[in-house]
Amino acid sequence: MALTVLLSCIGVLLATGIVAVAGAGWKGLASNLVYAAALAAGAVMLSVGLSALAAAPSGAETLDLPVGLPWLGAHFRLDALSAFFLVVVNLGGFTASLYGLGYGNREESPGRVLPFFPAFLAGMNLVVLADDAFTFLLSWEFMSLASWALVMAHHRVHDNARAGYIYLLMASFGTLALLLAFGLLAGPAGGYAFSAIRAAPPSAGLAAAVLALALLGAGSKAGLVPLHVWLPLAHPAAPSHVSALMSGVMTKVAVYGFVRLVFDLAGPPDWWWGALVLLLGGASAVLGVLYALMQHDLKRLLAYHTVENIGIIFIGLGLALAFRANGMGLAAALALTAALLHVFNHSLFKSLLFLGAGAVLGATGERDMERLGGLIRRMPLTAIAFLAGSAAISALPPFNGFVSEWLTFQAILVSPKLPQWLLKFLVPAVGATLALSAALAAGCFVKAFGATFLGRPRGAAAQQAHETDRASLAAMFVLVALCLLAGLVPGVFIDALAPVGQQLLGARLAPQGQFAWFTIVPIEDSRSSYNGLLLIVFIALGAWLAAAVIHRWASHALRRAPAWDCGFPDASPATQYTAGSFAQPIRRVFGSLVFRAYERVSMPAPGRTEPARFHLRLRDLVWDTFYAPVQGIVDFGADHLNKVQTWTIRAYLSLVFGTVVALLMVLAIWH
Amino acid sequence: MSHLSLDVAHLFAGSLVLVSFMLLYQDRMFGLLNIFALHAFVVSLSVAWQAYIQFAPHLYITAAIALMVKAIIIPVALHNIIVRLGIHRTIDTVGSIGTTMLAGIMLVALSIMVMLPITAEAGTLTREDLAFSLSVILLGLLMMISRRNAVSQVIGFMSIENGLILAATAAKGMPLVVEISVAFSILVALIVIGIFLFRIRERFDTMDVHALQRFRGGHP
Repeated sequence: MALTVLLSCIGVLLATGIVAVAGAGWKGLASNLVYAAALAAGAVMLSVGLSALAAAPSGAETLDLPVGLPWLGAHFRLDALSAFFLVVVNLGGFTASLYGLGYGNREESPGRVLPFFPAFLAGMNLVVLADDAFTFLLSWEFMSLASWALVMAHHRVHDNARAGYIYLLMASFGTLALLLAFGLLAGPAGGYAFSAIRAAPPSAGLAAAVLALALLGAGSKAGLVPLHVWLPLAHPAAPSHVSALMSGVMTKVAVYGFVRLVFDLAGPPDWWWGALVLLLGGASAVLGVLYALMQHDLKRLLAYHTVENIGIIFIGLGLALAFRANGMGLAAALALTAALLHVFNHSLFKSLLFLGAGAVLGATGERDMERLGGLIRRMPLTAIAFLAGSAAISALPPFNGFVSEWLTFQAILVSPKLPQWLLKFLVPAVGATLALSAALAAGCFVKAFGATFLGRPRGAAAQQAHETDRASLAAMFVLVALCLLAGLVPGVFIDALAPVGQQLLGARLAPQGQFAWFTIVPIEDSRSSYNGLLLIVFIALGAWLAAAVIHRWASHALRRAPAWDCGFPDASPATQYTAGSFAQPIRRVFGSLVFRAYERVSMPAPGRTEPARFHLRLRDLVWDTFYAPVQGIVDFGADHLNKVQTWTIRAYLSLVFGTVVALLMVLAIWH
Repeated sequence: MSHLSLDVAHLFAGSLVLVSFMLLYQDRMFGLLNIFALHAFVVSLSVAWQAYIQFAPHLYITAAIALMVKAIIIPVALHNIIVRLGIHRTIDTVGSIGTTMLAGIMLVALSIMVMLPITAEAGTLTREDLAFSLSVILLGLLMMISRRNAVSQVIGFMSIENGLILAATAAKGMPLVVEISVAFSILVALIVIGIFLFRIRERFDTMDVHALQRFRGGHP
């Protein structure tokens, strides 16, 4: 029943996309229609997902449709894992559609956005419901293509076309890897239904290959280092509510793909799987945040933070794999819960931040933080929402980001019980990188919020900004409320995730509902606990006390002094502390190692009138190491294959002849 | 199957390979046409013999078509074309005849080495015929790439087709429909190629396919 409702909602979304193609001429009407339909479908699917998650332990619901490959059909399945991701997808889809209701009227090229937006949502929903390899890959590719079209919506903007091209390449590569993974799982008999794969799990060697391919395929979509290169290019290029969907939701669909492949289909893990995933996760967490710190483009900064948060999620998944391989069910459930809770949390605050960045972009037409500033006075509500999102992503209590990172640390603290020495050493090291990235993320959002919303406007656009429309604000504040709720009563959310752990690992955390006042105690014998309510009372009391003390005992004597005299008595806003200046110390520390940073100051000779200049060049080490050689080889090959175009007919025939003879020789030697 | 029928089939298939070698070393235009007619004649004999020993009367039709079209109509037509174009003296080969023949011998060895092991469970007749037909196909390809003249390339192409017929009849049970369509496609190919030859001739005043290269902007 639930699946029928879901599939009809997906059908409605697809139909809306088709209607939007025809109706793109009526701008306002079409946009309202599309986003209202997406909103309604999202709300229905969200409630179905929630009820399925609540009822999950009772088993999965399946549905087969006679479409697709004739001997396979299309299988759909709604179990705890897909119900959870259904909630994530549709919560993001719901808020993005709500934002779209307001934003749609400002869109310059609605014909390039409206048809693909519902299609994109439909694709993501289909991926999490698919229960055979063919349907999964088809939906996956549909999702990729729809999002590609959305990335290319503003294709005349500088660099967007390149972003779309790189995205398309990486998406095809990822799908190829997944195709191979499913091919290995299905085996020579071609059992492509997931039920058939579950019934015949692969051998150890094959399973390791599936893990590697899943890391390549799902990892490239999620943005794991070093496969993340497309993400900071493509996510910001799309319209902001689509960026929110891509960063907040599509990367989570990729995580779903990974979890489905590795936890559900690939059979029991080996302990080194956990080590590999942990390493990649740790590298993504640190590199993501370091790259983010160097960015002055607000949306690109957020996109790099997605890389970081995906890293945190994969750290949780790696821990879960390591614990599972060693039969530590409870610890595995803890790590998996941490990872999935972070999936949920990141989808909330990353959507929130992208919507906020979209509001700023809409109000000022500017993504460069060095030209923003002082927006807290022009756009106070957006500023509050963005601040809440920043606090959440920086893992500050009482918001939700803290809870999931705290849970990840709890899982890391269990790691000394692991028998393998490599893991004993690796996990604390990864924990240290996690701590480092959390601290750097906080610094990065001080920079992002400070440079964008505080200080004085650095440009005319920022000076004349206006608060964004009500629908967009409503979308943002729904997310703020959810972020706060998930931070205050995390036990409810952890309990809601329990069926997923039960399904994948056969273990679950102790029900958190049993503890008074919404305290969470993930592992009872370690007795570490967290209570969001207590903390917010403490924060409120502390803040009130501090304010009272300052007001009561601070000097009453009136002093007059030049405002902001420490550094710029000059009235020009250009003398303010900038985003670049804020990031400079970090760049000094990590720059030479990670970015090969090169700084040069050229001072004019005395008496000359030209300005002094500061040059900074950063190199992307990942691009230089992994991608530049591939690009070089492809260019070289293309250059040289060009000659083949002007060969003679006889030369072509000789090529055919030579190939046939060579293949026959291989055959002759083979036998 | 009696030894005699096997031996005769073997004889025809072997002769076909031999005639293919004759095609390979023949460097005169009319000689080439005559040998091609012989090639087609041997194929039709072989097919007829297969029809006899397999009790498959429809193969007689195949043999008749091969005889009519490839041993008579096509050589005569090509003969006319050559006469009208006045190109009966111009054949130039790439590389010497000797090396081409050596390469051909190696190709025959290769096809036997490939075919005999992988068809181990098939009947003797099929195995031998498949090996010989692969040789004929490879020799036809070799002929196509070792001649510059368009007419000899056409003949090489059609000798490949003869090799395919040999393989198909030996495999037992190739439907007649397929054979007819193949025959017609070859006929169509001949027509197209004939027109093509005239067009080349009109444009470039030569039958050397190398001349096309200049037209395409490459370096001949």
